[in-house]
Amino acid sequence: MQGPKLDWRGKDIISIRELSREHIEDVLNHAHQIRPDPTLLQGRVMASLFFEPSTRTQLSFATAMQRLGGRVIGFSGIEGTSIVKGESLQDTVRTIEKYADIIVIRHPLEGSARLVADTVSIPVINAGDGANQHPTQTLMDLFTIKKFHNRLDGLKIGLVGDLKYGRTVHSLAIALTRFRKITLRLISPPNLRMPPSVLQELNGIVSYTETEHLDLSDLDVVYVTRIQKERFPDIEEYEKVKGTYVITPKVCEMLKPTAILLHPLPRVDEITPDVDTLPQAKYFDQVQNGVPVRMALLKLILLGA
Amino acid sequence: MREVNGELKVSKIRNGTVIDHITAGMAPAVLKILGIEQGCTDTVIVAMNVRSQRLGFKDMVKVENRALEAETVKKIAIVAPQATVNIIKDFAVVQKIPVELPHELIGIVRCSNRNCVTNAEPIPSYLVVENREPLRLRCHYCETVIEGPHASVLLL
Repeated sequence: MQGPKLDWRGKDIISIRELSREHIEDVLNHAHQIRPDPTLLQGRVMASLFFEPSTRTQLSFATAMQRLGGRVIGFSGIEGTSIVKGESLQDTVRTIEKYADIIVIRHPLEGSARLVADTVSIPVINAGDGANQHPTQTLMDLFTIKKFHNRLDGLKIGLVGDLKYGRTVHSLAIALTRFRKITLRLISPPNLRMPPSVLQELNGIVSYTETEHLDLSDLDVVYVTRIQKERFPDIEEYEKVKGTYVITPKVCEMLKPTAILLHPLPRVDEITPDVDTLPQAKYFDQVQNGVPVRMALLKLILLGA
Repeated sequence: MREVNGELKVSKIRNGTVIDHITAGMAPAVLKILGIEQGCTDTVIVAMNVRSQRLGFKDMVKVENRALEAETVKKIAIVAPQATVNIIKDFAVVQKIPVELPHELIGIVRCSNRNCVTNAEPIPSYLVVENREPLRLRCHYCETVIEGPHASVLLL
């Protein structure tokens, strides 16, 4: 049954914490239906402000906007901008809001996207603020899970690797609290466990277990993350844990035939390339889903429906 | 300070502020918030681990010739949420200021996350009070959670 229509026009997308089950399902339904239409966002301009490099996110936002007929301005890296002259983030975006209808921002500082949203009057989408949030990644993760399992309730999901610093697993775990009968298996080395503040949000809503063993049996979804070198203040700590959880065809023998293997990419060595051809490997489908999910969000925020 | 019928009595002050019902052990944190340090010439009376009907044990601070600003009261609420602040004139209580933690703390507690935008850009910190007891704050910007005692060392 269709619920009341949600008010999306002008909405900022900063944190998955602000999205209800209804919001998430609405985006996923729109993403499922949306098709390229060069007239839909004709005349609209998206400012793509990537203060640090990104391949997938930046290109998929640009592709999404262009497939709906909109234009993209912006930068990737701060070289050549006034920021290198010492301009504050707030002054930078106060200027940019005069040129664009929506801002998509990636910035290395946590909380930067919220600051920008509080500063400007046009809508803002967070495309990653340091180790904090990347809500559109979570939406495409959920879209992929729903696409293959046709539901988001009653799933057994394993999160593998760096659960301490990996923002995608934090956001996904929090988003899963919106759904029913979810069981999470949190698989990580002891020093890279899910932070207590995230576990606190799961308590009483999502049933979870923490383990060091790479046990993937019985799971419907296995979400593998890269152990990111740049998140470690101490290089020795990184050397100790890198390569601890490597997914190989041998490891995949314990997977259910219907299980799906996801990864936010880029991968380094945590999933070997010979896993790519297995029927459970869905991480390239997952990355492809970034475009329809972002098309749906841009349409909903700029047009309201 | 003197003993009457086995109980410890603390001297009254003529003019100033009495902060009572401070969580036991937190008087030094309150003194820090009040900016009382070496060189302070006003009378300061500190009592720690005094029996209290309400709290079991409590601390108390009396400061002569001092009125508290609203921001100072908010800071006291972080380290001693049950405290009461009484303004004294001519030995009598003339005003009671409720110590109540507001829903939002702006420019009062620093975010503990080194990589938070508030520690890099020229903007005040902004923490939302998610829970009062035990105290749990969340940064409005970077969503970092700051728990109880940790907040007192982050006071600005």
